[in-house]
Amino acid sequence: MASRPIAPPPRPLSPHLTIWKWRVHMAVSILNRVTGHALAFGAVLIFAWWLAALASGPEYFRFYQSIVVSPFGALVGIGLTWAMFMHMGMGIRHFIMDAGEGFDLVTSRRTAWAAIIFGVIATALLWGIILLGKGL
Amino acid sequence: MGNGTQLGKVRGLGAAGGGIVHHWWVQRVTAVANLFLVLWFVLSLVRLPSLDYGSTILWLRQPLVAVPMCLLIVTVFWHFRLGVQVMLEDYLHGSKRVIAMLALNFYTFALAALALFSVLKVALGTAA
Repeated sequence: MASRPIAPPPRPLSPHLTIWKWRVHMAVSILNRVTGHALAFGAVLIFAWWLAALASGPEYFRFYQSIVVSPFGALVGIGLTWAMFMHMGMGIRHFIMDAGEGFDLVTSRRTAWAAIIFGVIATALLWGIILLGKGL
Repeated sequence: MGNGTQLGKVRGLGAAGGGIVHHWWVQRVTAVANLFLVLWFVLSLVRLPSLDYGSTILWLRQPLVAVPMCLLIVTVFWHFRLGVQVMLEDYLHGSKRVIAMLALNFYTFALAALALFSVLKVALGTAA
């Protein structure tokens, strides 16, 4: 009696985001990649457009400003500024870890929170100056 | 090829023939450059009296602004080009990865050329 061939069990998959318990070290690691990509495809695009608008002359620059300077534009700007300062803070944390320091749980957790707090405070400071100081 | 020890013989002979180390290192070097250049850029914009066309052009026209701006464009674009590559290598395989890498290279170089040309046009152009 020929037994039916048994299908091999599915290969184990590497556990992903849905499996791990969320910790702040994991959050900053993921946020570093997410904010980096937001900068690469958001901030960099607006930055290049800003430079091209400056090079194109005052008329085109007015058109650029008419789109960028708006409540929605400010919201995008605040979001991208936050992404930039977060990426900056987490990048500095990365330098420390690249040097082989700060891998123990307590320090790692502290530097992760420090990066998050730095991102929020720096964003609030910069936009406080922009919005309260001289307007858009 | 090293000095003949077992470690020396295999050093730099990984899948990318040493390219991985170079990738990792350049990403750190550009990260340090970005840290200083982006801070300089943000603080410079904050210190401008206004971000309208006239004052921004006057600012960008100075050699000590145009040159760091060109450096910033090179280091920022280089850094994100390496970072996005790692993401594509993590999530895409086969022909999809090849196409995405080509698209990434086109995106990076086209936008970097636009940005660099724009700075040079403002900096080298005659006063409007």
